[in-house]
Amino acid sequence: MIIDINFVGLIIASIMASAVPLILASCGELITERSGVLNLGVEGMMIIGAISGFALMTVTGSLIIAVFGAMLAGVLISTIFAFLTQTLITNHVATGLALTIFGIGISAMIGKNFVGIPGKEFPVLFEGLKDTIPLLGPILFGHSIVFYFAFALPFITSYFLKKTKIGLIVRAVGDSPESASNQGINVRLIRYACILYGGAMSGLAGAYLSMIYTPQWIENMTGGRGWIALALVVFSTWNPIKILIGAMIFGGLTIIQFHMQAIGVRIPVQFLTALPYIVTIIVLVVISRDSRKIRLSTPSSLGKSFHKDN
Amino acid sequence: MIKIVKRDQPSRAIFFFTPVLAIFLTLVAGGLIFFILGFKPFEALKFFFIIPIADKYGFSELLLKATPLCLIAIGLSFCFKSNNWNIGAEGQLTFGAIVSGGVALLFYEQEGFYILPIVILAGAIGGMLYASIPAILKTYFNTNEILVSLMLVYVSKLILDYLVVGPWSNPEGFNFPETRQFSDSAKLPLLFEGLRIHAGIFLALAAVVISWFVFYKTYLGFQMKVSGFSLKTAKYAGYKGKKMIILVFLISGACAGLAGVGEITGPIGQLHREISPDYGFTAIIVAFLGRLHPVGIIFASLVVAITYLGAETAQIFMQIPKYTGQVFQGMILFFLLASDYLLFFKIKFIGSKK
Repeated sequence: MIIDINFVGLIIASIMASAVPLILASCGELITERSGVLNLGVEGMMIIGAISGFALMTVTGSLIIAVFGAMLAGVLISTIFAFLTQTLITNHVATGLALTIFGIGISAMIGKNFVGIPGKEFPVLFEGLKDTIPLLGPILFGHSIVFYFAFALPFITSYFLKKTKIGLIVRAVGDSPESASNQGINVRLIRYACILYGGAMSGLAGAYLSMIYTPQWIENMTGGRGWIALALVVFSTWNPIKILIGAMIFGGLTIIQFHMQAIGVRIPVQFLTALPYIVTIIVLVVISRDSRKIRLSTPSSLGKSFHKDN
Repeated sequence: MIKIVKRDQPSRAIFFFTPVLAIFLTLVAGGLIFFILGFKPFEALKFFFIIPIADKYGFSELLLKATPLCLIAIGLSFCFKSNNWNIGAEGQLTFGAIVSGGVALLFYEQEGFYILPIVILAGAIGGMLYASIPAILKTYFNTNEILVSLMLVYVSKLILDYLVVGPWSNPEGFNFPETRQFSDSAKLPLLFEGLRIHAGIFLALAAVVISWFVFYKTYLGFQMKVSGFSLKTAKYAGYKGKKMIILVFLISGACAGLAGVGEITGPIGQLHREISPDYGFTAIIVAFLGRLHPVGIIFASLVVAITYLGAETAQIFMQIPKYTGQVFQGMILFFLLASDYLLFFKIKFIGSKK
C-alpha cells in the first residue's frame, strides 16, 4: 500500500483544525487564571460565541461583524462573571457553573430560529500554494485567518507573560494580590481585564466552531470542548506553549475517530467518542500526581477572592 | 448618600432571606426577558410559574421533578459543605441508572418482592462506584475533582448510549434506542391512580431526614463543617481528611444513583437514551439555593422544579422556547450569589451633610 504523502498532510491539517478552538479558549483562560481567577464558564462563553457568530453572520451577512460580534458577546457574558466575582466577591466555582448553565440556555433560546440554516463559506488564505510543497503544503496553506491566529496565539501569550510589563503585572496579581496591591496595582481592574479577555477568546473559539469548522448552528455544539480547554490549562501547567501540544493531542483523538470508522475498525463509535474525555482524565492524573510541580506552577491565588478593605 | 459597610459577622437572618430575594429578582429579570421577546411579562410569568401547578396533575408532576433534584442536592450538600466540588452528579445518576437498569433486566418477566430492593441497591452502588473515581483520584493522585467528575458525565452518557443501542436494546424493539420494559416487580409503585408521582419521593424524604441527622447530630457532620471552613484547622484537629473526602463523594454518588433509579423504575420502566434532563447539573443550583440545609433544599427543589414545568407549559401555550427554563436556573444562581454580598456587607443610607 502506498501512502499518499499529501494525504498524511491533510490528516495533520485536519487535526490542527480541530485543535483551533481548544487553543483559543485555553490561551484565553490561561491569562484569566494567571491573574488568579478560575472561570469555569468557558463552555458557556464558547457556546454564546458560537450562536452569536452564526446569528450575526446570517442576519448581517458580514463575516467580519460576525467574528468580532462573537468576541464581543464573549466579553459581555464574561462581564457578568467579572462583576460577580470581583465586585461582589462571589465564589469562583459556583459563579462559573452558573455562567455555563445560563450560557447554554440563552444560546439555545437565541439559536431556535437558526437551526437548519446552512452556513457560509469562510475565506481561506494561500489556497494556491497548497500543492506546491508535498506534505507541508496542505499543513501550512489554505486555512482561515482564525486558524493562523490560533497557532500564533500560544507564542504571543508566552511573550506577553514573560517579556511585557503588563504580563508581569498580570502574573504578580495572580501570585500575590496583596503585595501587588501594596505596589499600587489595581488588582480588581487587572482581573476584570483578564476575565474579559478570556471571554473574548472563548467567544472566538465558539465562532470558529459554528462559522468555520462545522458551518451551522447545532444546539450544544461545543460538546464539552470548553471543559477540555479548562483541563488543557492544567495540563500545560500554565505554560502557553504546552497548550499547543495538548490541543494537538486532543485534536488528534477527535480526528482518529473518523478515520478508524472509515478504515472499518470494529470499535463501538461511542467508545471512540468517549476517548478524548477518558484521555483527559488520564492526562490530568499523570500531570497532577507530582503535587509539588503543580503547586509550583499554579498561580498562588487561583480561585481565591481578593478584597481590599475600605 | 450610600455607604457600604462591612459587617462584623455574617448576618444569619440575611442568610435565609437572600434565597427569597434571589427568586424575586429572577422573576423580575425573567419578566424583563419576556418583555424583550415581545410577550406580556405578567401573563408569561403566570404561564411559567402558576398554570403548570394549578391542578392535581400539575402538582404531581412538580413533585415528580422535585424528587430527583432534592435527592441529588442532598447528596451534593455533603460534598459542598466539606469543600469537595463534585459537579458530575449527572454522570453518577446515569451510571446508577445503568447498573440498576441492568439488574432490572436480569429479572426480566420475573416477579417477586425482593426484586425492587435489589434494583434500588444496585443503583446506589452504581452511583457510588462512579463517584469513587474522582474521589480516589483526588485523594491519592491530587487530581482536580471538578474536571474529572465532569468528564465522567460525558463518558457515562456514551456508555448508556452504547448499551441501549447495542447489547441491551430491546430485541423486539424495531431498533429503537431503548431496552425492554422492566417487570412490575422492578418498578417503583405509583402513589395515586392516574398520576405519575411514585414511591421514589420517599427515598428523597429519607435522604432529607438522614442528612439532617448527620449534619447536626454526628461527629462526622462536625468534621465536615470544620473542613469546609478551613482545611488547615481540620488537619490540625487530626481529622482523616482522605477518608472523609471519599465518604462524602460516596454519599453524594449514592444519592445521585438513587435519583437515577427513580427516573428509570418510575413512570418510564426501561432504560433509554435520555433519562435525565440534566437533573444532576440543576441540582447544584438547588443545593446552593437551599443553603446546603436539608429543609432549605426541599423548598429549593420545588422552586427549581417549577422552571422545568413552566418551560414546558410556556412552550406549548406561548411558543416560548423550552430552554428558558435553563436561563431561569442560571439566573437564580447568579442572583443568589450576588445577593450573598449582603451577608458580609451592609448598605447604609446616610443623609448627605453639606
